[in-house]
Amino acid sequence: MKPWQPAALGAALLITASPALAGEWTGYVSAEARFFQNDAKDPRQHGGNLSLAAQPEYYAEWDQGRQSFTFVPFARWDQGDPERSHADIRELTWLMAADAWELRAGIRKLFWGVTESEHLVDIINQTDLVESLDGEEKLGQPMLNLALIRDWGTLDLFILPYFRERTFPGEKGRLRFALPVDTSRPEYESSRKERHVDYAARWEHSLGDWDVGLSYFHGTSRDPRFTVRDDGQALLPVYDLIQQWGLDLQATLGDWLWKLETIRRSGQGGPYQAAVGGFEYTFVGIAGSFADLGVIAEYLYDQRGREALTPFADDLMLGARLTLNDEQSTELLAGLIVDLKDDSRVLTLESSRRLGDSWKISLEGYLFQNIAINDFLYSLRRDDYIQLEVARYF
Amino acid sequence: MRKFCLLLVAGLLLSLTAQAQTPEEKGLAIAIEADRRDTGWQDQTAHLKMVLRNRHGQESVRETRTRTLEVEGDGDKSLSIFDSPRDVKGTAFLSYTHALQPDEQWLYLPALKRVKRISSNNKSGPFMGSEFAYEDMTSQEVKKYTYKFLRDDTLDGRPVFVIERRPAYKHSGYTRLLTWLDKAMYQPLKVEFYDRKGALLKTLTAHDYRQYLGRYWRPDHMRMVNHQTRKSTDLYWTEYRFKSGLTARDFDRNSLKRAR
Repeated sequence: MKPWQPAALGAALLITASPALAGEWTGYVSAEARFFQNDAKDPRQHGGNLSLAAQPEYYAEWDQGRQSFTFVPFARWDQGDPERSHADIRELTWLMAADAWELRAGIRKLFWGVTESEHLVDIINQTDLVESLDGEEKLGQPMLNLALIRDWGTLDLFILPYFRERTFPGEKGRLRFALPVDTSRPEYESSRKERHVDYAARWEHSLGDWDVGLSYFHGTSRDPRFTVRDDGQALLPVYDLIQQWGLDLQATLGDWLWKLETIRRSGQGGPYQAAVGGFEYTFVGIAGSFADLGVIAEYLYDQRGREALTPFADDLMLGARLTLNDEQSTELLAGLIVDLKDDSRVLTLESSRRLGDSWKISLEGYLFQNIAINDFLYSLRRDDYIQLEVARYF
Repeated sequence: MRKFCLLLVAGLLLSLTAQAQTPEEKGLAIAIEADRRDTGWQDQTAHLKMVLRNRHGQESVRETRTRTLEVEGDGDKSLSIFDSPRDVKGTAFLSYTHALQPDEQWLYLPALKRVKRISSNNKSGPFMGSEFAYEDMTSQEVKKYTYKFLRDDTLDGRPVFVIERRPAYKHSGYTRLLTWLDKAMYQPLKVEFYDRKGALLKTLTAHDYRQYLGRYWRPDHMRMVNHQTRKSTDLYWTEYRFKSGLTARDFDRNSLKRAR
């Protein structure tokens, strides 16, 4: 935990204990098991693990719903990797909503963007990488956020007074680089380190069939570069100061969703552009059933090519999303990402189904195939896994 | 204004051709009158409990809160917030309905904090896994159908019009709907839905109507029975409120993210 987190936690617990608010507790607890097909390359790495997590959520509103308070702590215990056993405050926010503006202060999680295979534009929250490989789990970000709501769209202004470091699997963990990342010694470009104040702004609007967002960020990059530690036994993350423009666009035309995200970043090496774009087409009611089948194709581009800090610089993603629309909300998403330069392939599977009224079972899998020796994902080539998770919601 | 013109035209048609009125004209005139009587409520909020029953009688329950904003001359705007099952709690569905143009729909996924614009072509798909399709849950604009008056009748002792409707919008799961419309309330007591092959698919019955603000009739209970799967869904409506002063601002993407 960061030094400010116990104080925030204490304040949050005091507020939730206040009978005047009469809020509501909900949330979930979950148990997860990961099975790896192969032994790890590094004998220190575990061969499979059990893990438990909990995420309660407190919500209270007053002033006829114009003001609210939300508190969402999160904690995980992991059998195999001490770095994956961690806790975080996902949300601790006060919100005030008026006709023409909304003001939020505290720790929050938010999302920008439209595409499925990669989230280029989404930059406010740090990735909680130990949680999941797809990068969709995020750490809570302290912020002050004013949204101006006008006929010409919504303009969001952000002050981000504290930086969150990315989490990485430890030396015992799977799904990591050949060398583990030493998170105890991050390097910063800013002399204020994690106390550098970042700024961001975003305009978004819906115009008929089009949804558009334009964003700007100035501050400490959420994704680090790496240097090798002096003893050569670990990587050290280096967080540069960057500026980034982002554009996200979706056209919703009948059964077709056309999507584009593109960014231009400077401050982390030379300026560069990256983009991801494509479509999702949905076959409604396949074979006379109520099931929908979505077909997804997206192209992922990064101008830095092999130097990119992402595995997806010239890749094609093909996916299929099956939604049964049944009582149990059964869903399945299968994906294939092919590197068009070296033919490295990642196969992904995500599937979930409700059991009864308050249980949910999820299955997730990754297969790394034909990974080229100079590919970003080379260190994961022995980390094919299947993950089973059971969650109880309350 | 367009609605008013339509009314005027319908009124003229009624008075000039009262004798020679075709079944189509009479069906349309009744639909316009039903629409006129249900205009002016401005906004509506309600709590909805859905009880889904499969062919073995096993039940599952979904609870949502709904808000609707009446939009003159276009389809209504509506926001549904899901309370249960617990794993989808906080999920919210925003819809701007239109008579013949495709609806605009957004879904808010609270786990990812993501607002997704979604295609509205799945009109025939089940709403939350129930026997109600999306097209059964959205606002019933006059222009969405063509009409044909079939006969005067009684249902459970109540005088009714029996009217045939055919969807004029794309992607409907139905070829036609038979409606038993109560002559006193101008509200449906029963609707039969015929699938794309013309076979009877579902029957909806509406029960325990109550009048609000001295004018607007709403049922406490609706029951949909699917004859082909033998599944059923009951809707229980409570806490109806009208004219709460909701505005378009309560139905934008920002309100979707705040919905609880």
